[in-house]
Amino acid sequence: MSLAAADWGRSSGASFRRRKRGALALHVDVPLLALLAIVAVIGLVVLYSAAAESTSAVMRQSARLAVGFGAFFVLAQVPPRYLRMWTPWLYCIVVGLLLAVMVEGEISKGAQRWLDLGLVRFQPSELMKLAAPMMVAWFLHDRRLPPTFPQLMVLALIVAVPALLIAKQPDLGTALLVVAAGGLTVLLAGISMRVMAFGGVLALIGAPILWSVMHDYQRARVLMFLNPESDPLGAGYNTIQSQIAIGSGGLFGKGWLKGTQAHLEFLPERSTDFIFAVMAEEFGLLGLCLLLVLYVAIVGRGLYIAVQAQDTYTRLLAGSLALTFFVYVFVNAGMVSGLLPIVGVPLPLVSAGGTSVVTLLAGFGILAAIHGHKKLLAP
Amino acid sequence: MARSAVALKDHWKEQRLFLSRVIGAAVIVVILSGLVVTRLVQLQIIDYQRFSALSQDNRVRIEPLAPPRGLIFDRNGVVLADNVPTWELVAIGEEIPNLRETLQGLADLELIDPAELGVLADLVRSHRGFERVKLSNLTEEQAARFAVRRHHFPGVDIQEALIRYYPYGAATAHAIGYVGSISKADLERIDRRDYAATSQIGKSGVERAYESRLHGSVGYRQQVVNAQGRVLLDPATDDASAAGDGIFGGLETKWPVPGENLVLALDIRLQLAAQEALANARGAVVAIDPANGDVLALVSTPAFDSNGFARGLSRGELAALNTDPNRPLFNRALSGTYPPGSTVKPFLGLVALHQERVTPEQTVYCPGHFSLPGSSHRYRDWRPQGHGSVALHASIVRSCDVYFYQLALALGIDDLEAGMRRFGFGAPTGIDIGGENAGVVPSREWKRRNFSRREDQVWFPGETVISGIGQGYTLVTPLQLAHATAVLAAKGRRFAPRVVIGSEEGVSRRIEWIPAEELPGVDDVDEHHWELIAAAMLGVTAEPGGSAAVTMKGTPYTIAGKTGTAQVFTVAQDARYREDEIDERLRDHGLFVAFAPAEAPRIALGVVVENGGGGNRAAAPVARKVLDAYFSLMPDDYVARSR
Repeated sequence: MSLAAADWGRSSGASFRRRKRGALALHVDVPLLALLAIVAVIGLVVLYSAAAESTSAVMRQSARLAVGFGAFFVLAQVPPRYLRMWTPWLYCIVVGLLLAVMVEGEISKGAQRWLDLGLVRFQPSELMKLAAPMMVAWFLHDRRLPPTFPQLMVLALIVAVPALLIAKQPDLGTALLVVAAGGLTVLLAGISMRVMAFGGVLALIGAPILWSVMHDYQRARVLMFLNPESDPLGAGYNTIQSQIAIGSGGLFGKGWLKGTQAHLEFLPERSTDFIFAVMAEEFGLLGLCLLLVLYVAIVGRGLYIAVQAQDTYTRLLAGSLALTFFVYVFVNAGMVSGLLPIVGVPLPLVSAGGTSVVTLLAGFGILAAIHGHKKLLAP
Repeated sequence: MARSAVALKDHWKEQRLFLSRVIGAAVIVVILSGLVVTRLVQLQIIDYQRFSALSQDNRVRIEPLAPPRGLIFDRNGVVLADNVPTWELVAIGEEIPNLRETLQGLADLELIDPAELGVLADLVRSHRGFERVKLSNLTEEQAARFAVRRHHFPGVDIQEALIRYYPYGAATAHAIGYVGSISKADLERIDRRDYAATSQIGKSGVERAYESRLHGSVGYRQQVVNAQGRVLLDPATDDASAAGDGIFGGLETKWPVPGENLVLALDIRLQLAAQEALANARGAVVAIDPANGDVLALVSTPAFDSNGFARGLSRGELAALNTDPNRPLFNRALSGTYPPGSTVKPFLGLVALHQERVTPEQTVYCPGHFSLPGSSHRYRDWRPQGHGSVALHASIVRSCDVYFYQLALALGIDDLEAGMRRFGFGAPTGIDIGGENAGVVPSREWKRRNFSRREDQVWFPGETVISGIGQGYTLVTPLQLAHATAVLAAKGRRFAPRVVIGSEEGVSRRIEWIPAEELPGVDDVDEHHWELIAAAMLGVTAEPGGSAAVTMKGTPYTIAGKTGTAQVFTVAQDARYREDEIDERLRDHGLFVAFAPAEAPRIALGVVVENGGGGNRAAAPVARKVLDAYFSLMPDDYVARSR
């Protein structure tokens, strides 16, 4: 550990040393792992309160975290070049799974997200959060950067096809994250300002079209975000109650297990999407600032790994994974505090919930692998 | 190889480009994080007070606490209206496995009305599952029956509640009134917030008139509720140690202020004696202390058990009361109006003396009938053979009608009306419990206003004649009779009748005595005239030939009284009134007014017995019993204290 600490302190520039002992032998990035573990522990503490002091909820979340960290360690061992080689296959398989969900899901009513594989039920859309940026990075790996316009069109297709499939489920939150993950990869590859401006105009034109294809409840969420007081007991209830929870927390919070909004069930989705508000109520602004600092540190470490990466694929993928993680944080904090409309995006590593924890940690496993499998380059 | 060279050449450029993008991204990350923090500062620091209050409003429910209703005592401290615990059967919907079966089972045990099964099922379903819904009131016996079978009825419970209880029931029903469920009309006259926890309100009598004093003011306690409204902590019932800080902390309780207790002028012993004296008759007795207007007894029969209203009457029970031909709900003492008959004679005698239309010595010959000049219509005396030559004294003692026919003519309708009004007839007496009828003292003006046909609007001399013996249009209430007699007894001093004489504040237990309210009286009458009338009224009960002499024989105290008989049925000119031949409902009303002791009056009475026959036969015996009760029960020192 002392070695890791030293590494964290001094790691700058492109100086590489032979390190094949301890944790590093497992290709694990200790600062990253430590930050993730701290956030996960904080998450469990908050979850215990949010889930009405239910030990079983905490145990289930611990199990998911264990699976997630397992995936982290396993993926950390995979050299990134193998990952790169498998990328097109993985992408195609996940798109195929999304189509399967679509067909399979026809039978069950409502949202079609889950695929029952007999033993496990999982959401292929979660996997797409990794597969999409990988595919984009794979596509750009051998090409000259910044990408040309035709290349950008292909990239747009790579991201748009799965995003539309997911949005159709309908799962706007995940679709948004897939677009963010893919889009951020493209942005990191370096598009000119002109193309970005073009994209912005396109988005402005696209917004009404998006509005027209949105489901009623999605539109209601947007409208409610714009004016939550218009229907305080209906669709605006979640927003209002979560703002009351956050606001009444004040600077220091009401104290652990003492959040009235959460414990008296005024707060919706307390242990999942709105857990940020539980933390805000019980730990106050100071608690939230600590959490945000940890998140930003994780993003920072991820970006550092990206900068340190040796080839286009790993560089783009690492940067994209780090920034997507931040998108999670920002969208969740934004929607819970009333900055953004409510989209189903969990607070990473803290919200209780199935596959998102596993994919997130798997993504960080890839980051660790990128950092741990660097080749020694001759100066 | 060329491709590789290109790639290598691009490597540094690409890395530089990538680095600049990452730096840009990092800046955006910091900016967006700052945005989130700014938003949090806004919510948690700037708007903290507002959100803190909103969260407190969410958490705490204010449960109003009903104030205990003030008790009502008689003048000797006997409880006339009490609050007693009763049992309520309640259902908690979510704990009942099968609502229909459960309710059927309760109906089989006769704990709820089988006819209301559907209504009660809907009632339970319309509440949230955890709320306690009252199904019925239980008697102690029913509560016991349920208690032994409680385990058969999960989700059904009995709970204690306070209910109004009138120990003397029917005897005090018309004086005290009763409480009942708050109606829409009641809501108009109360502050709803103050009644948030109260389910009953005064409906009549003292209970209604003194509602604001009896009710007290509402309190509240704060309870912790969750988003569904379920009470999670109630400091009043839960372990106090559960409270403290956090979710369950900082709860306030403000106890209700109990209503004021009232002390009545009534003496329950006299009240019961009057009730017993009236027995099964339709009638009323009002007894007033002439010195201050205290209503010592106020009875109207038949009455009803006021506890029924407090408990809640079934539709059938209420219908039975409403359709009873004897009208038990009708307060005859206050709102029953009757022709006063001969009871007006002492009053008219006094007015005529005062106005010097007659002298005590002046006599009239009574042949048993009277006719107006130029008319053949005979106004009959009650005694067909007449009273011979009579002066004022004898006319009152023997109740000579012919004398008073002429006296009325001598007064004229205008002075007759004015004189009657000075004693309080024809207007509400101003009794504190309200609900009284003004009665009628007719006049030319009154006739003009109350008749639509022009030929009916004229006042005829014959109408003056019969007004002299309290017949015709004149109508009085038993309360007015007692009130006016009290004025006679007090030689012109007049007090507003009052049932409530003091109130006891719930906390300090200090009794505040309400001073008597003196009204403009009959203060310009010569002392000698008062004495003449009192002597004549004494003669009614004490002289041979006095109209109530037989009934009042042998009392250890003196009584100044006057009988009255009010015709219900007009007998044809050539016929005789034969009681046994006419329907009971058409028989004469018997009336009696009295004060005693005649020389130093302490009590004035008005008695009416509907369709009881003549005043001496029907009403005087009732008055005798009441007066006997009064003088045997009342210790002298008590009478002195009350003044």
